[in-house]
Amino acid sequence: MSLLGKFQAFADLRDELLSHGTLPFGVVTEKILSPTEGIVHGRKTILAGTNNYLGLTFDADAVKAGQRALAEEGTGTTGSRMANGTYAGHLALEKEIAEFFNRRHALVFTTGFSATMGMVCALAGRDDVLLIDADCHASIYDGCRLSGAEILRFRHNDVADLEKRLRRLGERAANTLVVTEGLYSMLGDQAPLEAMVEVKDRYGACLLLDEAHSMGVFGNRGRGLAEALDVEDEVDFVVGTFSKSLGSIGGFCVSNRPELELSRFAARSYIFTASPTPSIVASTRVTLQRVAEGQELRAQLWENSRRLYAGLTEAGFRLGPEPGPVVAVFVDCQETAIAWWHDLLENGVYVNLVMPPATPSTSCLLRCSISAAHTPEQVGHIVDRFAALLAEPQATGAAVTKAG
Amino acid sequence: MASYEQCLGIVKEALGPFVPPGKAIGTEIDLVGDLGLSSLQVLEIVTDIEDSLDISLPLNELPNVNTVEQLARLLESASGGEAA
Repeated sequence: MSLLGKFQAFADLRDELLSHGTLPFGVVTEKILSPTEGIVHGRKTILAGTNNYLGLTFDADAVKAGQRALAEEGTGTTGSRMANGTYAGHLALEKEIAEFFNRRHALVFTTGFSATMGMVCALAGRDDVLLIDADCHASIYDGCRLSGAEILRFRHNDVADLEKRLRRLGERAANTLVVTEGLYSMLGDQAPLEAMVEVKDRYGACLLLDEAHSMGVFGNRGRGLAEALDVEDEVDFVVGTFSKSLGSIGGFCVSNRPELELSRFAARSYIFTASPTPSIVASTRVTLQRVAEGQELRAQLWENSRRLYAGLTEAGFRLGPEPGPVVAVFVDCQETAIAWWHDLLENGVYVNLVMPPATPSTSCLLRCSISAAHTPEQVGHIVDRFAALLAEPQATGAAVTKAG
Repeated sequence: MASYEQCLGIVKEALGPFVPPGKAIGTEIDLVGDLGLSSLQVLEIVTDIEDSLDISLPLNELPNVNTVEQLARLLESASGGEAA
């Protein structure tokens, strides 16, 4: 195959997707109206696939803080944190994120992807072992590849399999970094953290927990699943993102381990990229406070989540294993999934179409992510449009397995 | 410790459900090219095989595995048998 020949497979996939009309990947929001609505194809559309869990993207104080920083500090830092790209705001955000998590140290990265990837490969090296949940995010897999460490997977959320693999490692378990996520972004299921920390402690391994989708969503203060399950002291490193509940962009790692400070010299995605812009940092500092004080937002988020999960279950769809802000609808037939995705969009509902290998199984997903900012009427409309899919003539093939 | 023959037997057994009826599983069969397995399916099969031998195969090694024989050799090596 020639150098560029491998792109033919992508061209074929794109052409197939285009034969149905709009390309489902990279849909243009022509105008964003609010955290939950935008204009897509000239039509007002409910956005139900944005990860904007607390609906903070239009927070008036966060917008003002961003505008002020933009005017006073400029459009960008033009440099790395290690060179000229650390302003007072970056340090203030690191102090505040450390305080938020009750940890001694924090590092702020430019994106969540670079935080996770950078920390995985900074913490584990050639003689170490990375033991990761099979359904971990691509940023974790990429960090593993770059680390040079031995990479092992355990079955998704399977504590017995994790234990078995730590046992097989013998003394090397002490050189092992276990990596898992709090809330899994595709199916919306949660890690059994209480049992996992017990096992990793018994074998002397370290744990890095990715709370990208669970920060702001779980815990009284919104610190994530570890807070909700009261296992924060047993989690060695927490990574996360500002691009979901916090409504901006950027990433972080927090820990009580002093080695986190030294990771500034080791995490290549921290060293070799420009730092977050001052306006992003300023907005994030405001939304971080909103998350910390966001008990009412979280209550609304969970009410909306349960309403959507119950409505889609009642309509007869097969969903991810538990209610939460990510509600994944399984669609076994790819052609049906694509047709349904278009139908939903044409009727004013945007969700994420996810196809293998990005899904954890051979099924496609119509992935919904719900927000505290969705109104009950919007949630009702989403459920109604999904229910209408089952009432319409279907494309060929097994479309969906009715909930048992 | 497992011999190459034992490992080959385990691999053939694990691949059984994915082989068209009447077709033999030769050592040169390519997991992706001949059996049409996706990378996800290969990982699932490997996970099952690992339990048979109570070993863990590093993901780092899998890009070098294309055929039935290569997988069996890797298992033999990982289980403490002769290196491939």
